[in-house]
Amino acid sequence: MPKEQVEEYIEAIFDIAGKNGTAKTTDVAKRLQNAPASVTEVFRSLADSGLVRYEPYRGATLTEKGLSSARKIKRKHRLLEVFLAKILRIDPQKIHEEACKMEHSLSDEVGDAICKMLNAPARCPGGKLIYPCDKMIATCNECLKANDAADKAASVMQRKIVPITDLKPGQKGIIALLRGSKKVIQRLSDLGLTPRTEVILMRKTPLGGPIELCVRRTTLALGYEIADNIFIEAQKDA
Amino acid sequence: MPEIVPVSDNLARPMVIALAGNANVGKSAVFNQLTGVDQILGNWPGKTVERAEGTLQYKGHRIRVIDLPGIYSFSTYSMEEMVSRDFIALEKPDIVVDVVDASSLERNLFFTLQLLELEAPLILALNQIDLMAKRGICIDYEKLERTLGVPVVPMVAIRGKGISELTEQIMRLAGQRRKPPEIKYGREVEQRIQEIAGRLGKIKIDYPSRWAAIKLLERDERITKLVAEIDDSIVQAAVAMAEELEKIHGESSSVVISAERYHVAEEIARRVQSFGNAGRSPTDRLDEIALHPVIGYFAILGVVGGLLVWTFIIGDRISELLIEILSPIEQLEPMVSGPLEDILWNGAFAGFVAGLTLVIPYVVPFYIILAVIEDSGYLTRISVMLDRGMHKIGLHGKAIIPLILGYGCNVPACFGCRIMETPKQKVLAAFLVTLVPCTARTVVILGLVAAFVSIWWAMALYVFDIALIILLGRIAFKVVPGESVGLIMEMPDYHVPSAKVVLKQTWARTKSLLWVVFPAYIIGSAVLQVIYAAGWLDLANDALRPITVGWLGLPSAVGILLIFGLVRKELTILMLAVIFQTTNFASIMSPVQLIVLALVTMIYVPCLAVILCLAKEFGWKKTAAITIFEVSFAILLGGVAFRLLLIFF
Repeated sequence: MPKEQVEEYIEAIFDIAGKNGTAKTTDVAKRLQNAPASVTEVFRSLADSGLVRYEPYRGATLTEKGLSSARKIKRKHRLLEVFLAKILRIDPQKIHEEACKMEHSLSDEVGDAICKMLNAPARCPGGKLIYPCDKMIATCNECLKANDAADKAASVMQRKIVPITDLKPGQKGIIALLRGSKKVIQRLSDLGLTPRTEVILMRKTPLGGPIELCVRRTTLALGYEIADNIFIEAQKDA
Repeated sequence: MPEIVPVSDNLARPMVIALAGNANVGKSAVFNQLTGVDQILGNWPGKTVERAEGTLQYKGHRIRVIDLPGIYSFSTYSMEEMVSRDFIALEKPDIVVDVVDASSLERNLFFTLQLLELEAPLILALNQIDLMAKRGICIDYEKLERTLGVPVVPMVAIRGKGISELTEQIMRLAGQRRKPPEIKYGREVEQRIQEIAGRLGKIKIDYPSRWAAIKLLERDERITKLVAEIDDSIVQAAVAMAEELEKIHGESSSVVISAERYHVAEEIARRVQSFGNAGRSPTDRLDEIALHPVIGYFAILGVVGGLLVWTFIIGDRISELLIEILSPIEQLEPMVSGPLEDILWNGAFAGFVAGLTLVIPYVVPFYIILAVIEDSGYLTRISVMLDRGMHKIGLHGKAIIPLILGYGCNVPACFGCRIMETPKQKVLAAFLVTLVPCTARTVVILGLVAAFVSIWWAMALYVFDIALIILLGRIAFKVVPGESVGLIMEMPDYHVPSAKVVLKQTWARTKSLLWVVFPAYIIGSAVLQVIYAAGWLDLANDALRPITVGWLGLPSAVGILLIFGLVRKELTILMLAVIFQTTNFASIMSPVQLIVLALVTMIYVPCLAVILCLAKEFGWKKTAAITIFEVSFAILLGGVAFRLLLIFF
């Protein structure tokens, strides 16, 4: 199966099912304008390559491998959107479609270079989160500073990191990466949110309101945009 | 019992002690206990904005006590941080009392470590040990003392517990300027600190060399600049080392060092703390309601609405009562004759009565409830709940605190805008604060509109004002250049508000208001009488006639009111009474005129005191911009309102 098709399917499953749920065959078929029968066939072959778990009559669920490749495509897609909108000043109506076509042929290296050029944007023009890359770094500032390609090759280790806003109330996690302006990062680390510290998400407020978290026995309220850029390695529920 | 060493005699400079620590740990409570001064207390981080100063009298010694603003670090994040570090490093207080919240030891020790880096002669005041016990935490005080090498005094400052022990420790240690113990960090960082500190030791700088070395590694702009001017090669070396650290850890060097400090703090806390079982805290349970996605908003509506309604209802009662008591005296008025007595009686006494019957009844009840809300810790919850909405106007939840304070008096509210992070957000918040009707303007709105048109039109003015704040906030956010950052705020536990604190607070605020209000009232109203007698009144009124009569449709006598309203807004209504010799305003103005006058008064710059405060905070240029905008906007709006309202009446 061509790479482009695989990626389109994984993206569709990711969008429809979210992170944990299952995407129904019919929904995926409708979205990609394909016959359900051929969707089923693709699901099976994706399952063979270990990207999804497929259950007949229920649909497909992304595996860890599938999820990480979905995030990678989404990252490229959204970075391209920013690039098209901000640098090339393409009509906002068209950027989604253009990015859809371009994302499949974009290598990781070029994607990361775009990320760096755009100063590690946090969100695409539509407001969706841009996932961080999978390099072993703790803040984007480092990447923005370092220009040598040497450390890029360092480690492409997979880490299961999510923004803290993805945690459920009561769930614990370890801080893996902070993203944001120097000032914000400094303040967060002064308040005890240093890399590799344990945090507990206490509460979320609706509609992208602030979150409340507990770190070093103190309770902090953080605005959603700030919290969104604190990436953590999630642990099981407390 | 160690002998108390006599400290600096009367001829030498008086002894100075500084109170430092994180925000909201009870520094001001310790300060009040030591000095007897009533520094404002409240349960939200960032109250103390100016450093407060008081005197501690102890066995014939007079000691200056400085209450520094609450901070988390000595970086250059905010003005407060820079002011505090310079005070400790350069003015070298004899003792620095580090006030620590015992229930969050680790975070507080992070700051203690930085005080030790600054070589401050420390005493650790371990405050709120009652709250700590409630949270099921136990601290081995002696072990903490040994580990840190600094005397530790456990206390509950708000109830005066531990204050005399603290005073004794201060007196005992003040004479001897000890060098505090050095805390060593991890090898990677420590080696580099020592190397740079060694080189800094050879040049002359005002800061301790170890501290300056750490700051250089953190790439602190101020210290880097300072050292570069003396010996640039040290800066070069430090930058190279900072880069090495960044390469190893993949974080900026200041984050690496923060993490290093936290690592030490964690280790100390782990050694001295033990944890028992503490079920779900009452704070957690209350937050289920206060931060509930639906009920939470009703709670805010109830509390803030209740605050205003209570002010109106109680204020109305007290005001009526006072008028009744004072009316027999006032009736003596016609019997006074002669120009001088005229001025004294009609002016000054009328001013006094108006002050008593208009301001005090509304201000005092407001301040009481405000103090209760502040002391409880609820303000921070309102901040969280309204954060999203505040983003729309370029601010974040914390800005709601000065805005609510603004309903009392705009002056402390403008200073309160310092809790915002960036210059842009500070100006924006202060601008919006000046649009909040303070108690003085409330008096005008109530006195003109609620009393003589209807309470609903008065309410409508309030709602309109909020809409205006949102609208202008949105526009200002777009227009004003600069950076905005989101909400980062510590959430304090709830307190049961203490009656003592609430009453003290109310008294302190009322007192400071009285000192301004009564002289302004009495003098202002006497001056008006003089102007009236001299016949200048008409001159001013005539000059303003095109605006007041032509555009706003008001009686021409209003001109002088608006000028005097600049001094204090309540003067508007008071002088109206003086000029027309009546308090029944319905007999001299139509409902439309009353509403327009109230509207204009509500919006055109708060008063002289606020203008001065803005100038102090943001400079004259920005202040002039805000003032000119608000005056012209109020006039524009008033004229439009006049024409629109004619449809309704």
